[in-house]
Amino acid sequence: MSVIVEITVRFAMLSLLAFGGASTVLPELHRLAVESHHWMSDATFAHLVAISQATPGPNSIIFTLVGWHVAGLAGALAATLAMCAPSSLLIFIFMRFWDKIRGTRWHGIIQTGIAPLAIGLVLASGCIITRGADGSWGTRALTAATVLTVLNSRLNPLWLIGVGALLGLAGLV
Amino acid sequence: MQQRHEVSHGELFRGFNKIALSGFGGVMSWARQTVVEERGWLSSEEFTSLFGLCQFMPGPNTLNLAVCIGARFQGATGALVSLFGLLCVPFLIIVCFGALYGEFGEIPAVQAMLRGIAAVAAGLMLAMGLRMAADLARRPLLLVFSALILVGVVFLGWPLPALMAGLAPLSMWLAARRYLRGS
Repeated sequence: MSVIVEITVRFAMLSLLAFGGASTVLPELHRLAVESHHWMSDATFAHLVAISQATPGPNSIIFTLVGWHVAGLAGALAATLAMCAPSSLLIFIFMRFWDKIRGTRWHGIIQTGIAPLAIGLVLASGCIITRGADGSWGTRALTAATVLTVLNSRLNPLWLIGVGALLGLAGLV
Repeated sequence: MQQRHEVSHGELFRGFNKIALSGFGGVMSWARQTVVEERGWLSSEEFTSLFGLCQFMPGPNTLNLAVCIGARFQGATGALVSLFGLLCVPFLIIVCFGALYGEFGEIPAVQAMLRGIAAVAAGLMLAMGLRMAADLARRPLLLVFSALILVGVVFLGWPLPALMAGLAPLSMWLAARRYLRGS
């Protein structure tokens, strides 16, 4: 199967599995790109996530970047389309029923049932990127410091990203 | 939902373009500010309802929001224009950075800088997960499913579709039991 077809099919599937947003399918994106297809190394995946976090735009732009890295412009376009089309079409059809479903028992059950899975997947994203960021004590300490700072302050994450870049450049992590 | 026409295609494009470019590492908090406070496209209650819908449905949340708001004012073409507004400039930016990475990614200083940013990005995600978990603290049993999917994904490397198909029904069943008991 050509790589463009592979990107399209796999990412379209991820689009429909992304309950709770793009961050919840990051681990599966990692599994596809690093482990099953060997499109890139663990470290490269972490670098691409870092780039996507440090540039403006929605979180889901990481799919575009992975598509570009794997197959150039065609890959970037296929990845972007596959990531947006299925879920967008679904919500476009579904939104007219929302007023009937909102606040009902089914809404509560599905939402409460999905929430713990989304939580586990967001934490898994963090773990996988920690692993790819080479796992030295310096990087681990920086990750831990970031968690503590975010949980205890309302600092704009952009400052933290800047600090991370500087500490990296200074050779401290 | 009633379709209204006071927001044009051009305004949708510009609005979502601005939302996309004002946020780093996710733009949802900027979306509310732009859509509700700055431009007055939606009331606060309308935004909260649509936001609930966007979180309820699968797919990147901000993209879902663009589809819903665009469709609400201008139907299918409004949804397309809003998505395009949200994605076209970030697409060009990320492709440029992707090309730079392809060219200079091997340089040790670049690698060191990205390693630092990646460590922070991992921390941002872990913190977000912990915040979400704190919201669910009243139902600690459900957090067992968070642990299960975390282990399945990180340590066992199982495919997500299979894990979701296995765990989501059980998790919803547990949610339903507690829901029906009214606790």
